[in-house]
Amino acid sequence: MPEVYIVSDNIVSPLGSGTAENFGQLTAGVSGIRRQVAPEFSDKPFYASLMNGTFTARLYTKFEQLLLMSISGALQNSRIDPGDPRTILIISTTKGNIQMLETQAYSPELKERISLMTSARMVGEHLGFVQTPIVVSNACISGLLAIITGTRLLQSGKYTHAVIAGADIVSKFILSGFQSFLAVSSEPCRPFDLNRDGISLGEGAGTMVLSTAREYPGRIRVLGGATGNDANHISGPSRTGKELSAVVDRAIGESGLDKTDIDFISAHGTATPYNDEMEARAIAHSGLLGVPVHSLKGYYGHTFGAAGIIESIVAVESLRRDCLIPSKGFVELGVSQPIHIIDHVSRTPLHNCLKTASGFGGCNAAVVFGKTFAP
Amino acid sequence: MNYLNASCVISHQRIRKDEIMILENNEGDLPAFLGAVYAHFDFQYPKFYKMDTLSKLGWLAAELLLQDGFPKSQYAPENIGVILSNANASLDTDLKYWETVKTMPSPALFVYTLPNIVAGEIAIRHQFKGENAFFISPTFDAGTLHWYTNDLLDNGRLAACICGWVEELDNRGVAALFLVEKERRGAGIPFNEAAIQRIFAGDNE
Repeated sequence: MPEVYIVSDNIVSPLGSGTAENFGQLTAGVSGIRRQVAPEFSDKPFYASLMNGTFTARLYTKFEQLLLMSISGALQNSRIDPGDPRTILIISTTKGNIQMLETQAYSPELKERISLMTSARMVGEHLGFVQTPIVVSNACISGLLAIITGTRLLQSGKYTHAVIAGADIVSKFILSGFQSFLAVSSEPCRPFDLNRDGISLGEGAGTMVLSTAREYPGRIRVLGGATGNDANHISGPSRTGKELSAVVDRAIGESGLDKTDIDFISAHGTATPYNDEMEARAIAHSGLLGVPVHSLKGYYGHTFGAAGIIESIVAVESLRRDCLIPSKGFVELGVSQPIHIIDHVSRTPLHNCLKTASGFGGCNAAVVFGKTFAP
Repeated sequence: MNYLNASCVISHQRIRKDEIMILENNEGDLPAFLGAVYAHFDFQYPKFYKMDTLSKLGWLAAELLLQDGFPKSQYAPENIGVILSNANASLDTDLKYWETVKTMPSPALFVYTLPNIVAGEIAIRHQFKGENAFFISPTFDAGTLHWYTNDLLDNGRLAACICGWVEELDNRGVAALFLVEKERRGAGIPFNEAAIQRIFAGDNE
């Protein structure tokens, strides 16, 4: 199968515009999570990573503007032509424009405007894509699933280039739901920490451009990916982590690497008690306990449909720069397995990494990125 | 070559299994119809009553699809996947959840405000732990579903897969699920785009 290269990427987040600016903020230890007093979202203050500024364009919603900014940013740095029929756009989101329900009565017009495909088409047409976009909406694994779907489409030869973009915004709809679950942290979230008590919400967009074209050898590649299901509970993770572990093992198996070749893990790390414990067990079960691990949720919050893409881009940038990013908010290990949490910025040669995600509905996903592959 | 070994289409208050009508019930709205189907087939799965309408629809279609001879024990749980799609995600339940936010937000409804929860319910019921994906398309996209499912089976990622469409909104619902396996069984036919398009359209003209 052809090799799939990462040829360009972009993050638009509260930490900045573009991958370089975002990575600079992460190495400086800056988090986008702030105490928010926003009556339109919640009667009581909450911690979240929210975009600055107002999004006033009339034609496009904030969700769509984030996608437009991130995709055009990624395309600017590449020679990929959206008008080429060999280029496919894949959009990842969980709730898209769900905030429209909060202010508009349900009608046939709202049903059409709020649909995820409407947003994907508007964004695609504005940027000149000729192929109808593919939309992935699979809870918190959406971003990784979009990368996996793009990779498989390119490997099959159906397309040559895939522009994979994910976005989600914070709304009263989403915040009230996680509050009703008592799953929102009372302080900035603390993945894998002993005192973690839930998630912080976040918003942003990420775009990763993949290609099998011959002009990109030497770029970092997508080496393998897999998804699966716990088959246990729709809103609670597996007690054993064995299902995520099986997905990790399949992704690493597909990459052709040995487990000892994995230099670090970018975990999902939502900072809920059960999720982080499940992930630690999965890491142990897969024999990866010695591998450095971080979660980026302490910087970005949980950006849902964007998370898998933003966090993958950061992981790939870590490989490019040989630089490990610490897991913000972590002080004392609070999971049953002795996982190795990255606690300071360090420069060290890095070749391959593993990115994982898990979500409601019991879904799990894992992707392996790497510089080289010597069979 | 992969094989379409069973199909089940629930729509417009009719059910077709392997292209043969097995139930017709024009009384009541969609939730009442789904409750009547559950009772008619004497299913015993108390969690059904907790599900939202989308999950009930998909769960019933999967239950009927897998009746009569799906050799589940031949496969490892990791080798059976669920690949679904629809047009309006979880909008019906989103609307119902948002109504509760005005008084007391309901966590029991919030958990169903994602389209892939129905895939999770099917996975839990049948212990399917393989590949998952949920795609959004304005109408039934036989091409993408066929390509994605075939790719999973051809590349050894799955040995069997439930794929299809589960959509409900405005008191109308359609579930069209297909059981695809590497081995042909019974009246199985070659799995291709035209076959699933024909079976889907057969009851949705």
